[in-house]
Amino acid sequence: MGFSHRHRGLTPYLLLAPGLLWLGVFFLVPLGFLAYQSLQSGSIDFGYAFTWTWGNYWTAIKNYHAQFVRSFEYAGIATVIALVVSYPVAYWIAFRGGRWKNLLLLGIVAPFFVTYLIRTLAWETILADHGLVVNTLRNLHVVGANGRVLATSTAVVAGITYNFLPFMALPLYVSLEQIDERLIEAAEDLYASKFHAFVRVTLPLSLPGVVGGTLLTFIPAAGDFINAQLLGSPENHMIGNVIQSKFLELTDYPAAASMSFVLMAAIVLMVLAYARAVGTEQLTG
Amino acid sequence: MSTLPLPASRSSAATNPLSAAWAFVKRHVLTVYSLFFFAYLLLPIAIVIAFSFNNPTGRFNYVWQGFTWNNWRYWDGVPGIRSAIFLSLEIALVASVIATALGTAIALALVRYVFRGRAGTNILVFLPLSTPEIVLGASLLALFLNLSFVTFGFLTILIAHVMFCISFAVVTVKARLIGFDRHLEEAAMDLGANEWTTFRKVTLPLVAPAILAALLLCFAISIDDFVVTYFNAGTRITFPLFVWGSARIGAPPQVNVIGTMIFAVALTLMVLNVFLQRRRESQAKT
Repeated sequence: MGFSHRHRGLTPYLLLAPGLLWLGVFFLVPLGFLAYQSLQSGSIDFGYAFTWTWGNYWTAIKNYHAQFVRSFEYAGIATVIALVVSYPVAYWIAFRGGRWKNLLLLGIVAPFFVTYLIRTLAWETILADHGLVVNTLRNLHVVGANGRVLATSTAVVAGITYNFLPFMALPLYVSLEQIDERLIEAAEDLYASKFHAFVRVTLPLSLPGVVGGTLLTFIPAAGDFINAQLLGSPENHMIGNVIQSKFLELTDYPAAASMSFVLMAAIVLMVLAYARAVGTEQLTG
Repeated sequence: MSTLPLPASRSSAATNPLSAAWAFVKRHVLTVYSLFFFAYLLLPIAIVIAFSFNNPTGRFNYVWQGFTWNNWRYWDGVPGIRSAIFLSLEIALVASVIATALGTAIALALVRYVFRGRAGTNILVFLPLSTPEIVLGASLLALFLNLSFVTFGFLTILIAHVMFCISFAVVTVKARLIGFDRHLEEAAMDLGANEWTTFRKVTLPLVAPAILAALLLCFAISIDDFVVTYFNAGTRITFPLFVWGSARIGAPPQVNVIGTMIFAVALTLMVLNVFLQRRRESQAKT
Protein backbone atom coordinates (compact mmCIF):
# COMPACT_ATOMS: atom_id res chain seq x y z
CA MET A 1 0.00 0.00 0.00
CA GLY A 2 3.05 2.24 -0.17
CA PHE A 3 1.66 3.88 -3.24
CA SER A 4 -1.58 5.05 -1.70
CA HIS A 5 0.16 6.44 1.35
CA ARG A 6 2.16 8.77 -0.81
CA HIS A 7 -1.07 10.24 -2.11
CA ARG A 8 -3.13 10.80 0.91
CA GLY A 9 -4.61 14.22 0.99
CA LEU A 10 -6.76 16.02 -1.50
CA THR A 11 -6.30 13.92 -4.63
CA PRO A 12 -9.10 11.38 -4.02
CA TYR A 13 -11.56 14.14 -3.19
CA LEU A 14 -10.65 16.07 -6.32
CA LEU A 15 -11.22 12.92 -8.36
CA LEU A 16 -14.56 12.26 -6.69
CA ALA A 17 -15.93 15.78 -6.60
CA PRO A 18 -17.27 16.31 -10.14
CA GLY A 19 -18.98 12.93 -10.43
CA LEU A 20 -20.41 12.86 -6.95
CA LEU A 21 -21.57 16.45 -7.33
CA TRP A 22 -23.45 15.44 -10.48
CA LEU A 23 -25.05 12.48 -8.71
CA GLY A 24 -25.84 14.61 -5.68
CA VAL A 25 -27.46 17.46 -7.60
CA PHE A 26 -29.25 15.40 -10.24
CA PHE A 27 -30.06 12.23 -8.30
CA LEU A 28 -30.24 12.89 -4.53
CA VAL A 29 -31.58 16.44 -4.57
CA PRO A 30 -34.30 15.50 -7.09
CA LEU A 31 -35.47 12.76 -4.72
CA GLY A 32 -35.87 15.52 -2.13
CA PHE A 33 -37.90 17.58 -4.58
CA LEU A 34 -40.03 14.53 -5.36
CA ALA A 35 -40.72 14.16 -1.64
CA TYR A 36 -41.53 17.88 -1.42
CA GLN A 37 -43.90 17.58 -4.37
CA SER A 38 -45.58 14.53 -2.91
CA LEU A 39 -46.79 16.52 0.10
CA GLN A 40 -48.28 19.39 -1.88
CA SER A 41 -51.90 20.14 -2.59
CA GLY A 42 -53.65 22.26 -5.18
CA SER A 43 -54.18 21.97 -8.91
CA ILE A 44 -52.21 22.68 -12.05
CA ASP A 45 -54.38 25.73 -12.84
CA PHE A 46 -54.10 27.42 -9.45
CA GLY A 47 -50.68 26.12 -8.61
CA TYR A 48 -49.49 23.62 -6.04
CA ALA A 49 -48.49 24.61 -2.52
CA PHE A 50 -46.59 22.68 0.11
CA THR A 51 -49.09 21.71 2.81
CA TRP A 52 -47.78 18.49 4.39
CA THR A 53 -50.61 16.65 2.68
CA TRP A 54 -49.84 13.12 3.83
CA GLY A 55 -53.25 12.21 2.50
CA ASN A 56 -51.70 11.99 -0.99
CA TYR A 57 -50.05 8.77 0.06
CA TRP A 58 -53.24 7.37 1.48
CA THR A 59 -55.15 8.32 -1.68
CA ALA A 60 -52.46 6.79 -3.86
CA ILE A 61 -52.64 3.45 -2.09
CA LYS A 62 -56.43 3.48 -1.79
CA ASN A 63 -57.14 4.33 -5.41
CA TYR A 64 -54.36 2.42 -7.08
CA HIS A 65 -53.67 -0.58 -4.90
CA ALA A 66 -54.79 -2.81 -7.76
CA GLN A 67 -52.04 -1.40 -10.01
CA PHE A 68 -49.47 -1.66 -7.23
CA VAL A 69 -50.32 -5.28 -6.56
CA ARG A 70 -50.39 -6.05 -10.27
CA SER A 71 -46.93 -4.49 -10.78
CA PHE A 72 -45.36 -6.69 -8.13
CA GLU A 73 -47.31 -9.70 -9.30
CA TYR A 74 -46.21 -9.32 -12.93
CA ALA A 75 -42.64 -8.48 -11.93
CA GLY A 76 -42.52 -11.45 -9.54
CA ILE A 77 -43.88 -13.93 -12.08
CA ALA A 78 -41.58 -12.60 -14.80
CA THR A 79 -38.59 -12.86 -12.45
CA VAL A 80 -39.34 -16.48 -11.54
CA ILE A 81 -39.90 -17.47 -15.17
CA ALA A 82 -36.70 -15.69 -16.21
CA LEU A 83 -34.78 -17.55 -13.50
CA VAL A 84 -36.13 -20.98 -14.42
CA VAL A 85 -35.75 -20.41 -18.15
CA SER A 86 -32.25 -18.97 -18.14
CA TYR A 87 -30.56 -21.06 -15.43
CA PRO A 88 -30.02 -24.12 -17.66
CA VAL A 89 -28.62 -21.94 -20.42
CA ALA A 90 -26.26 -20.09 -18.07
CA TYR A 91 -25.16 -23.51 -16.80
CA TRP A 92 -24.67 -24.80 -20.32
CA ILE A 93 -22.53 -21.82 -21.34
CA ALA A 94 -20.48 -21.90 -18.13
CA PHE A 95 -19.69 -25.62 -18.21
CA ARG A 96 -20.03 -26.63 -21.84
CA GLY A 97 -19.35 -23.36 -23.65
CA GLY A 98 -15.65 -23.98 -24.16
CA ARG A 99 -14.11 -21.56 -26.58
CA TRP A 100 -17.52 -20.30 -27.70
CA LYS A 101 -18.33 -18.78 -24.31
CA ASN A 102 -17.81 -15.17 -25.34
CA LEU A 103 -19.79 -15.57 -28.53
CA LEU A 104 -22.65 -17.25 -26.65
CA LEU A 105 -22.67 -14.44 -24.09
CA LEU A 106 -22.89 -12.05 -26.99
CA GLY A 107 -26.02 -13.94 -28.04
CA ILE A 108 -27.47 -13.45 -24.55
CA VAL A 109 -27.03 -9.67 -24.65
CA ALA A 110 -27.95 -9.34 -28.33
CA PRO A 111 -31.53 -8.20 -27.53
CA PHE A 112 -30.05 -5.17 -25.78
CA PHE A 113 -28.64 -4.00 -29.10
CA VAL A 114 -32.14 -3.53 -30.43
CA THR A 115 -33.87 -0.47 -29.03
CA TYR A 116 -36.10 -1.48 -26.10
CA LEU A 117 -39.25 -0.06 -27.66
CA ILE A 118 -38.54 -1.66 -31.04
CA ARG A 119 -38.06 -5.14 -29.60
CA THR A 120 -41.28 -4.75 -27.63
CA LEU A 121 -43.03 -3.71 -30.83
CA ALA A 122 -41.58 -6.85 -32.42
CA TRP A 123 -43.39 -8.89 -29.77
CA GLU A 124 -46.53 -7.00 -30.66
CA THR A 125 -46.04 -8.25 -34.22
CA ILE A 126 -45.35 -11.81 -33.09
CA LEU A 127 -48.36 -11.99 -30.77
CA ALA A 128 -50.68 -10.02 -33.07
CA ASP A 129 -54.17 -11.34 -33.68
CA HIS A 130 -53.57 -13.09 -36.98
CA GLY A 131 -49.94 -13.86 -36.35
CA LEU A 132 -48.33 -17.26 -36.25
CA VAL A 133 -48.44 -17.70 -32.47
CA VAL A 134 -52.12 -16.90 -32.08
CA ASN A 135 -53.15 -19.00 -35.09
CA THR A 136 -51.19 -21.97 -33.72
CA LEU A 137 -52.75 -21.58 -30.29
CA ARG A 138 -56.20 -21.34 -31.87
CA ASN A 139 -55.61 -24.50 -33.89
CA LEU A 140 -54.47 -26.30 -30.76
CA HIS A 141 -57.57 -24.97 -28.97
CA VAL A 142 -55.41 -23.44 -26.26
CA VAL A 143 -57.28 -20.22 -26.86
CA GLY A 144 -60.78 -19.96 -28.34
CA ALA A 145 -61.53 -19.24 -32.01
CA ASN A 146 -61.59 -15.54 -31.23
CA GLY A 147 -59.01 -15.81 -28.46
CA ARG A 148 -56.25 -13.27 -28.28
CA VAL A 149 -52.81 -13.15 -26.71
CA LEU A 150 -52.20 -9.47 -27.22
CA ALA A 151 -53.89 -7.23 -24.64
CA THR A 152 -53.79 -9.95 -21.98
CA SER A 153 -51.74 -10.25 -18.83
CA THR A 154 -49.92 -13.20 -20.45
CA ALA A 155 -48.59 -10.91 -23.17
CA VAL A 156 -47.44 -8.29 -20.66
CA VAL A 157 -45.67 -10.85 -18.45
CA ALA A 158 -44.11 -12.46 -21.53
CA GLY A 159 -42.86 -9.09 -22.70
CA ILE A 160 -41.38 -8.20 -19.31
CA THR A 161 -39.73 -11.61 -19.05
CA TYR A 162 -38.15 -11.28 -22.46
CA ASN A 163 -36.97 -7.72 -21.99
CA PHE A 164 -35.16 -8.35 -18.71
CA LEU A 165 -33.92 -11.88 -19.41
CA PRO A 166 -30.27 -10.87 -19.99
CA PHE A 167 -30.23 -9.19 -16.56
CA MET A 168 -31.00 -12.62 -15.11
CA ALA A 169 -28.83 -14.77 -17.35
CA LEU A 170 -25.61 -12.75 -17.01
CA PRO A 171 -25.23 -12.80 -13.19
CA LEU A 172 -26.20 -16.48 -13.23
CA TYR A 173 -23.48 -17.17 -15.76
CA VAL A 174 -20.88 -15.20 -13.81
CA SER A 175 -21.51 -17.11 -10.58
CA LEU A 176 -21.66 -20.50 -12.32
CA GLU A 177 -18.51 -19.74 -14.26
CA GLN A 178 -16.57 -19.13 -11.04
CA ILE A 179 -17.40 -22.55 -9.60
CA ASP A 180 -14.39 -24.82 -9.34
CA GLU A 181 -15.46 -27.92 -11.27
CA ARG A 182 -13.28 -30.06 -9.03
CA LEU A 183 -15.79 -29.48 -6.24
CA ILE A 184 -18.53 -31.09 -8.31
CA GLU A 185 -16.21 -33.93 -9.31
CA ALA A 186 -15.34 -34.45 -5.67
CA ALA A 187 -19.02 -34.73 -4.78
CA GLU A 188 -19.47 -37.31 -7.51
CA ASP A 189 -16.39 -39.21 -6.42
CA LEU A 190 -17.97 -39.39 -3.00
CA TYR A 191 -20.94 -41.16 -4.61
CA ALA A 192 -23.29 -38.22 -4.87
CA SER A 193 -25.61 -38.71 -7.84
CA LYS A 194 -25.49 -36.05 -10.54
CA PHE A 195 -28.72 -34.66 -9.15
CA HIS A 196 -27.41 -34.55 -5.60
CA ALA A 197 -24.14 -33.00 -6.63
CA PHE A 198 -26.13 -30.29 -8.39
CA VAL A 199 -28.49 -29.62 -5.49
CA ARG A 200 -25.84 -29.76 -2.77
CA VAL A 201 -22.85 -28.19 -4.52
CA THR A 202 -23.59 -26.33 -7.76
CA LEU A 203 -26.86 -24.69 -6.76
CA PRO A 204 -25.67 -23.25 -3.41
CA LEU A 205 -22.50 -21.93 -5.04
CA SER A 206 -24.52 -20.19 -7.73
CA LEU A 207 -26.79 -18.49 -5.19
CA PRO A 208 -25.07 -15.08 -5.43
CA GLY A 209 -25.94 -15.09 -9.14
CA VAL A 210 -29.52 -16.06 -8.39
CA VAL A 211 -29.85 -13.21 -5.89
CA GLY A 212 -28.18 -10.68 -8.18
CA GLY A 213 -30.21 -11.76 -11.17
CA THR A 214 -33.56 -11.70 -9.38
CA LEU A 215 -32.90 -8.19 -8.05
CA LEU A 216 -31.67 -6.88 -11.41
CA THR A 217 -34.80 -8.29 -13.04
CA PHE A 218 -37.41 -7.54 -10.40
CA ILE A 219 -36.57 -3.88 -9.68
CA PRO A 220 -36.80 -2.53 -13.22
CA ALA A 221 -39.71 -4.87 -14.02
CA ALA A 222 -41.80 -3.52 -11.13
CA GLY A 223 -41.44 0.05 -12.42
CA ASP A 224 -41.96 -0.80 -16.09
CA PHE A 225 -44.87 0.62 -18.06
CA ILE A 226 -43.80 0.04 -21.64
CA ASN A 227 -44.82 -3.62 -21.85
CA ALA A 228 -48.20 -2.96 -20.26
CA GLN A 229 -48.75 -0.05 -22.64
CA LEU A 230 -47.72 -1.77 -25.85
CA LEU A 231 -48.72 -5.39 -25.18
CA GLY A 232 -51.53 -5.02 -22.65
CA SER A 233 -54.91 -3.38 -22.28
CA PRO A 234 -55.91 -0.84 -19.60
CA GLU A 235 -56.85 -3.79 -17.37
CA ASN A 236 -53.18 -4.78 -17.39
CA HIS A 237 -51.83 -1.37 -16.51
CA MET A 238 -49.13 -1.30 -13.89
CA ILE A 239 -48.25 1.43 -11.41
CA GLY A 240 -45.69 2.81 -13.88
CA ASN A 241 -48.49 3.54 -16.33
CA VAL A 242 -50.39 5.48 -13.65
CA ILE A 243 -47.33 7.47 -12.53
CA GLN A 244 -46.48 8.27 -16.12
CA SER A 245 -49.95 9.47 -17.05
CA LYS A 246 -50.43 11.42 -13.80
CA PHE A 247 -47.13 13.20 -14.28
CA LEU A 248 -47.14 13.84 -18.01
CA GLU A 249 -50.76 13.77 -19.15
CA LEU A 250 -52.87 14.80 -16.14
CA THR A 251 -50.12 16.94 -14.51
CA ASP A 252 -51.33 15.78 -11.10
CA TYR A 253 -47.81 16.09 -9.69
CA PRO A 254 -48.48 15.45 -5.98
CA ALA A 255 -50.35 12.22 -6.70
CA ALA A 256 -47.68 11.02 -9.13
CA ALA A 257 -44.87 11.93 -6.75
CA SER A 258 -46.43 10.14 -3.79
CA MET A 259 -47.02 7.04 -5.94
CA SER A 260 -43.37 7.08 -7.01
CA PHE A 261 -42.38 7.06 -3.35
CA VAL A 262 -44.77 4.28 -2.45
CA LEU A 263 -43.30 2.26 -5.34
CA MET A 264 -39.76 2.90 -4.15
CA ALA A 265 -40.57 2.16 -0.51
CA ALA A 266 -42.31 -1.07 -1.45
CA ILE A 267 -39.32 -2.15 -3.54
CA VAL A 268 -36.87 -1.32 -0.75
CA LEU A 269 -38.96 -3.28 1.77
CA MET A 270 -39.17 -6.28 -0.55
CA VAL A 271 -35.44 -6.21 -1.25
CA LEU A 272 -34.71 -6.04 2.48
CA ALA A 273 -37.08 -8.93 3.23
CA TYR A 274 -35.50 -10.89 0.41
CA ALA A 275 -32.01 -10.10 1.67
CA ARG A 276 -33.02 -11.34 5.11
CA ALA A 277 -34.42 -14.54 3.69
CA VAL A 278 -31.38 -15.45 1.63
CA GLY A 279 -28.73 -13.94 3.91
CA THR A 280 -27.10 -10.56 3.46
CA GLU A 281 -23.71 -11.93 2.51
CA GLN A 282 -25.27 -13.07 -0.77
CA LEU A 283 -26.24 -9.50 -1.56
CA THR A 284 -22.83 -7.98 -1.19
CA GLY A 285 -21.48 -11.15 -2.79
CA MET B 1 -17.08 -33.07 -14.95
CA SER B 2 -16.88 -36.68 -16.04
CA THR B 3 -18.85 -37.12 -19.23
CA LEU B 4 -17.51 -40.55 -20.12
CA PRO B 5 -20.43 -42.87 -20.74
CA LEU B 6 -20.51 -45.98 -18.63
CA PRO B 7 -19.70 -49.15 -20.58
CA ALA B 8 -22.99 -50.71 -19.49
CA SER B 9 -25.11 -47.96 -20.98
CA ARG B 10 -23.14 -48.14 -24.21
CA SER B 11 -23.71 -51.85 -24.67
CA SER B 12 -27.44 -51.57 -23.97
CA ALA B 13 -27.59 -48.62 -26.35
CA ALA B 14 -26.10 -50.78 -29.08
CA THR B 15 -28.78 -53.43 -28.67
CA ASN B 16 -31.79 -51.21 -28.27
CA PRO B 17 -32.31 -48.25 -30.64
CA LEU B 18 -34.93 -46.78 -28.35
CA SER B 19 -32.60 -46.57 -25.40
CA ALA B 20 -29.91 -45.29 -27.75
CA ALA B 21 -32.22 -42.45 -28.69
CA TRP B 22 -32.98 -41.87 -25.02
CA ALA B 23 -29.28 -41.79 -24.17
CA PHE B 24 -28.75 -39.29 -26.97
CA VAL B 25 -31.58 -37.07 -25.69
CA LYS B 26 -30.32 -37.29 -22.13
CA ARG B 27 -26.87 -36.31 -23.20
CA HIS B 28 -27.88 -33.44 -25.42
CA VAL B 29 -31.03 -32.21 -23.76
CA LEU B 30 -29.25 -29.18 -22.33
CA THR B 31 -27.74 -28.30 -25.68
CA VAL B 32 -31.06 -28.65 -27.49
CA TYR B 33 -32.80 -26.61 -24.83
CA SER B 34 -30.16 -23.89 -25.08
CA LEU B 35 -30.56 -23.72 -28.84
CA PHE B 36 -34.32 -23.25 -28.38
CA PHE B 37 -33.58 -20.56 -25.82
CA PHE B 38 -31.37 -18.70 -28.26
CA ALA B 39 -33.98 -19.03 -30.97
CA TYR B 40 -36.51 -17.42 -28.60
CA LEU B 41 -34.04 -14.71 -27.65
CA LEU B 42 -33.23 -13.86 -31.25
CA LEU B 43 -36.70 -14.24 -32.76
CA PRO B 44 -37.79 -10.62 -32.14
CA ILE B 45 -34.52 -9.39 -33.61
CA ALA B 46 -35.16 -11.43 -36.74
CA ILE B 47 -38.67 -9.94 -36.90
CA VAL B 48 -37.28 -6.40 -36.60
CA ILE B 49 -34.82 -7.02 -39.43
CA ALA B 50 -37.34 -8.83 -41.64
CA PHE B 51 -40.00 -6.16 -41.26
CA SER B 52 -37.52 -3.45 -42.22
CA PHE B 53 -37.91 -4.93 -45.73
CA ASN B 54 -41.69 -5.16 -45.53
CA ASN B 55 -43.86 -3.25 -47.94
CA PRO B 56 -46.94 -2.50 -45.83
CA THR B 57 -50.07 -1.38 -47.62
CA GLY B 58 -51.79 0.28 -44.67
CA ARG B 59 -50.21 2.22 -41.88
CA PHE B 60 -49.62 -0.88 -39.76
CA ASN B 61 -46.39 -2.75 -40.26
CA TYR B 62 -47.63 -5.96 -38.61
CA VAL B 63 -48.33 -8.34 -41.48
CA TRP B 64 -45.86 -9.36 -44.14
CA GLN B 65 -46.95 -7.90 -47.48
CA GLY B 66 -43.93 -8.14 -49.73
CA PHE B 67 -40.24 -7.39 -50.07
CA THR B 68 -38.92 -3.94 -50.81
CA TRP B 69 -35.68 -1.99 -50.56
CA ASN B 70 -37.56 1.28 -50.33
CA ASN B 71 -37.54 1.60 -46.53
CA TRP B 72 -33.77 1.41 -46.60
CA ARG B 73 -33.45 3.72 -49.60
CA TYR B 74 -35.75 6.29 -47.97
CA TRP B 75 -34.68 5.67 -44.39
CA ASP B 76 -35.48 9.26 -43.46
CA GLY B 77 -38.67 9.38 -45.48
CA VAL B 78 -40.83 9.87 -42.42
CA PRO B 79 -41.16 13.41 -41.07
CA GLY B 80 -39.24 13.90 -37.85
CA ILE B 81 -37.23 10.67 -37.89
CA ARG B 82 -34.05 12.31 -39.13
CA SER B 83 -33.89 15.01 -36.47
CA ALA B 84 -34.81 12.44 -33.80
CA ILE B 85 -31.90 10.20 -34.79
CA PHE B 86 -29.44 13.07 -34.84
CA LEU B 87 -30.62 14.34 -31.46
CA SER B 88 -30.17 10.84 -30.01
CA LEU B 89 -26.68 10.55 -31.49
CA GLU B 90 -25.63 13.98 -30.20
CA ILE B 91 -26.94 13.30 -26.71
CA ALA B 92 -25.39 9.83 -26.59
CA LEU B 93 -22.02 11.15 -27.77
CA VAL B 94 -21.79 14.04 -25.32
CA ALA B 95 -23.38 12.17 -22.41
CA SER B 96 -21.12 9.13 -22.78
CA VAL B 97 -17.97 11.29 -22.87
CA ILE B 98 -18.95 13.31 -19.78
CA ALA B 99 -20.23 10.30 -17.83
CA THR B 100 -17.14 8.23 -18.64
CA ALA B 101 -14.80 11.03 -17.57
CA LEU B 102 -16.64 11.54 -14.28
CA GLY B 103 -17.05 7.80 -13.73
CA THR B 104 -13.40 7.01 -14.43
CA ALA B 105 -12.31 9.62 -11.88
CA ILE B 106 -14.61 8.10 -9.24
CA ALA B 107 -13.37 4.60 -10.05
CA LEU B 108 -9.73 5.74 -9.74
CA ALA B 109 -10.42 7.31 -6.35
CA LEU B 110 -12.29 4.24 -5.11
CA VAL B 111 -9.65 1.72 -6.12
CA ARG B 112 -6.48 3.71 -5.50
CA TYR B 113 -7.00 5.75 -2.41
CA VAL B 114 -7.89 5.26 1.19
CA PHE B 115 -10.16 8.10 2.22
CA ARG B 116 -13.03 9.01 4.47
CA GLY B 117 -16.46 8.56 2.93
CA ARG B 118 -15.62 5.50 0.83
CA ALA B 119 -18.68 3.55 1.95
CA GLY B 120 -20.91 6.54 1.29
CA THR B 121 -19.43 6.94 -2.18
CA ASN B 122 -20.05 3.29 -2.96
CA ILE B 123 -23.67 3.61 -1.87
CA LEU B 124 -24.21 6.80 -3.86
CA VAL B 125 -22.84 5.10 -6.98
CA PHE B 126 -24.91 1.97 -6.40
CA LEU B 127 -28.24 3.70 -5.66
CA PRO B 128 -29.11 4.98 -9.15
CA LEU B 129 -28.52 1.46 -10.49
CA SER B 130 -31.07 0.03 -8.09
CA THR B 131 -33.73 2.71 -8.51
CA PRO B 132 -36.49 2.07 -11.05
CA GLU B 133 -36.06 4.30 -14.08
CA ILE B 134 -39.48 5.81 -13.64
CA VAL B 135 -38.45 7.16 -10.23
CA LEU B 136 -35.22 8.58 -11.67
CA GLY B 137 -37.19 10.31 -14.40
CA ALA B 138 -39.96 11.54 -12.12
CA SER B 139 -37.64 12.96 -9.49
CA LEU B 140 -35.54 14.82 -12.04
CA LEU B 141 -38.75 16.22 -13.49
CA ALA B 142 -39.77 17.34 -9.99
CA LEU B 143 -36.47 19.18 -9.68
CA PHE B 144 -36.74 20.89 -13.05
CA LEU B 145 -40.38 21.86 -12.49
CA ASN B 146 -39.41 23.63 -9.29
CA LEU B 147 -36.55 25.55 -10.89
CA SER B 148 -38.36 28.14 -12.94
CA PHE B 149 -35.29 29.10 -14.98
CA VAL B 150 -34.97 25.63 -16.51
CA THR B 151 -36.30 25.10 -20.00
CA PHE B 152 -36.75 21.51 -21.05
CA GLY B 153 -34.74 20.41 -24.03
CA PHE B 154 -31.24 19.33 -25.01
CA LEU B 155 -29.69 20.30 -21.69
CA THR B 156 -32.23 18.57 -19.46
CA ILE B 157 -31.97 15.37 -21.52
CA LEU B 158 -28.18 15.56 -21.36
CA ILE B 159 -28.16 16.08 -17.58
CA ALA B 160 -30.45 13.08 -17.13
CA HIS B 161 -28.39 10.81 -19.39
CA VAL B 162 -25.09 11.69 -17.73
CA MET B 163 -26.73 11.04 -14.34
CA PHE B 164 -27.80 7.47 -15.06
CA CYS B 165 -24.64 6.66 -17.07
CA ILE B 166 -22.09 7.63 -14.38
CA SER B 167 -22.70 4.56 -12.23
CA PHE B 168 -22.32 2.21 -15.19
CA ALA B 169 -19.03 3.89 -16.09
CA VAL B 170 -17.76 3.58 -12.50
CA VAL B 171 -18.63 -0.12 -12.33
CA THR B 172 -17.00 -0.88 -15.69
CA VAL B 173 -13.73 0.95 -15.05
CA LYS B 174 -13.50 -0.24 -11.43
CA ALA B 175 -13.69 -3.87 -12.49
CA ARG B 176 -10.62 -3.38 -14.66
CA LEU B 177 -8.66 -1.29 -12.16
CA ILE B 178 -8.97 -3.91 -9.44
CA GLY B 179 -6.94 -6.42 -11.43
CA PHE B 180 -4.29 -3.86 -12.25
CA ASP B 181 -0.61 -4.26 -11.40
CA ARG B 182 0.36 -1.21 -9.37
CA HIS B 183 4.06 -2.06 -9.49
CA LEU B 184 4.17 -0.69 -13.01
CA GLU B 185 3.28 2.76 -11.73
CA GLU B 186 5.64 2.51 -8.82
CA ALA B 187 8.41 1.57 -11.24
CA ALA B 188 7.66 4.62 -13.36
CA MET B 189 7.74 6.88 -10.32
CA ASP B 190 10.95 5.28 -9.08
CA LEU B 191 12.43 6.09 -12.47
CA GLY B 192 11.66 9.74 -11.87
CA ALA B 193 8.29 10.24 -13.58
CA ASN B 194 6.01 12.61 -11.74
CA GLU B 195 2.42 11.75 -10.91
CA TRP B 196 0.88 13.26 -14.03
CA THR B 197 3.44 11.70 -16.37
CA THR B 198 2.92 8.34 -14.72
CA PHE B 199 -0.82 8.67 -15.17
CA ARG B 200 -0.50 9.68 -18.81
CA LYS B 201 2.20 7.19 -19.85
CA VAL B 202 1.42 4.17 -17.68
CA THR B 203 -2.01 4.24 -16.08
CA LEU B 204 -4.03 5.61 -18.97
CA PRO B 205 -2.80 3.17 -21.65
CA LEU B 206 -3.44 0.25 -19.31
CA VAL B 207 -6.93 1.40 -18.37
CA ALA B 208 -7.77 2.52 -21.91
CA PRO B 209 -9.71 -0.65 -22.84
CA ALA B 210 -11.91 -0.24 -19.77
CA ILE B 211 -12.50 3.43 -20.57
CA LEU B 212 -13.43 2.49 -24.12
CA ALA B 213 -15.79 -0.19 -22.81
CA ALA B 214 -17.40 2.35 -20.47
CA LEU B 215 -17.80 4.82 -23.34
CA LEU B 216 -19.51 2.24 -25.51
CA LEU B 217 -21.74 1.05 -22.69
CA CYS B 218 -22.81 4.59 -21.83
CA PHE B 219 -23.42 5.35 -25.49
CA ALA B 220 -25.58 2.25 -25.85
CA ILE B 221 -27.58 2.96 -22.69
CA SER B 222 -28.08 6.59 -23.63
CA ILE B 223 -29.23 5.96 -27.18
CA ASP B 224 -31.68 3.31 -25.95
CA ASP B 225 -33.17 5.25 -23.06
CA PHE B 226 -36.84 5.98 -23.20
CA VAL B 227 -38.29 6.35 -19.70
CA VAL B 228 -36.06 9.02 -18.15
CA THR B 229 -35.93 10.93 -21.43
CA TYR B 230 -39.71 10.82 -21.75
CA PHE B 231 -40.01 12.67 -18.43
CA ASN B 232 -37.40 15.32 -19.16
CA ALA B 233 -37.38 16.00 -22.89
CA GLY B 234 -40.02 18.73 -23.05
CA THR B 235 -40.91 19.00 -26.72
CA ARG B 236 -37.65 17.59 -28.08
CA ILE B 237 -37.89 14.14 -29.66
CA THR B 238 -35.14 11.55 -29.41
CA PHE B 239 -35.28 8.37 -31.47
CA PRO B 240 -36.93 6.22 -28.74
CA LEU B 241 -39.47 9.01 -28.18
CA PHE B 242 -40.13 9.03 -31.92
CA VAL B 243 -40.75 5.27 -31.83
CA TRP B 244 -43.12 5.70 -28.88
CA GLY B 245 -45.06 8.44 -30.62
CA SER B 246 -45.30 6.56 -33.89
CA ALA B 247 -46.26 3.28 -32.17
CA ARG B 248 -49.60 4.81 -31.19
CA ILE B 249 -50.56 5.39 -34.82
CA GLY B 250 -48.58 2.47 -36.29
CA ALA B 251 -44.80 2.58 -36.49
CA PRO B 252 -43.47 3.00 -40.05
CA PRO B 253 -40.99 0.38 -41.38
CA GLN B 254 -38.26 3.04 -41.22
CA VAL B 255 -38.26 2.52 -37.46
CA ASN B 256 -37.20 -1.07 -38.14
CA VAL B 257 -34.53 0.16 -40.55
CA ILE B 258 -32.96 2.36 -37.88
CA GLY B 259 -33.37 -0.39 -35.28
CA THR B 260 -31.55 -2.80 -37.60
CA MET B 261 -28.77 -0.27 -38.20
CA ILE B 262 -28.22 0.29 -34.47
CA PHE B 263 -28.23 -3.48 -33.94
CA ALA B 264 -25.72 -4.04 -36.76
CA VAL B 265 -23.31 -1.39 -35.51
CA ALA B 266 -23.48 -2.63 -31.90
CA LEU B 267 -23.08 -6.25 -32.97
CA THR B 268 -20.09 -5.46 -35.18
CA LEU B 269 -18.35 -3.62 -32.36
CA MET B 270 -19.01 -6.45 -29.92
CA VAL B 271 -17.88 -9.20 -32.28
CA LEU B 272 -14.73 -7.21 -32.99
CA ASN B 273 -14.17 -6.94 -29.27
CA VAL B 274 -14.60 -10.70 -28.81
CA PHE B 275 -12.05 -11.42 -31.52
CA LEU B 276 -9.56 -8.86 -30.23
CA GLN B 277 -9.88 -10.42 -26.79
CA ARG B 278 -9.29 -13.87 -28.22
CA ARG B 279 -6.21 -12.65 -30.09
CA ARG B 280 -4.87 -10.95 -26.99
CA GLU B 281 -5.39 -14.13 -25.01
CA SER B 282 -3.62 -16.29 -27.56
CA GLN B 283 -0.80 -13.77 -27.76
CA ALA B 284 -0.46 -13.83 -24.01
CA LYS B 285 -0.11 -17.60 -24.16
CA THR B 286 2.75 -17.64 -26.66
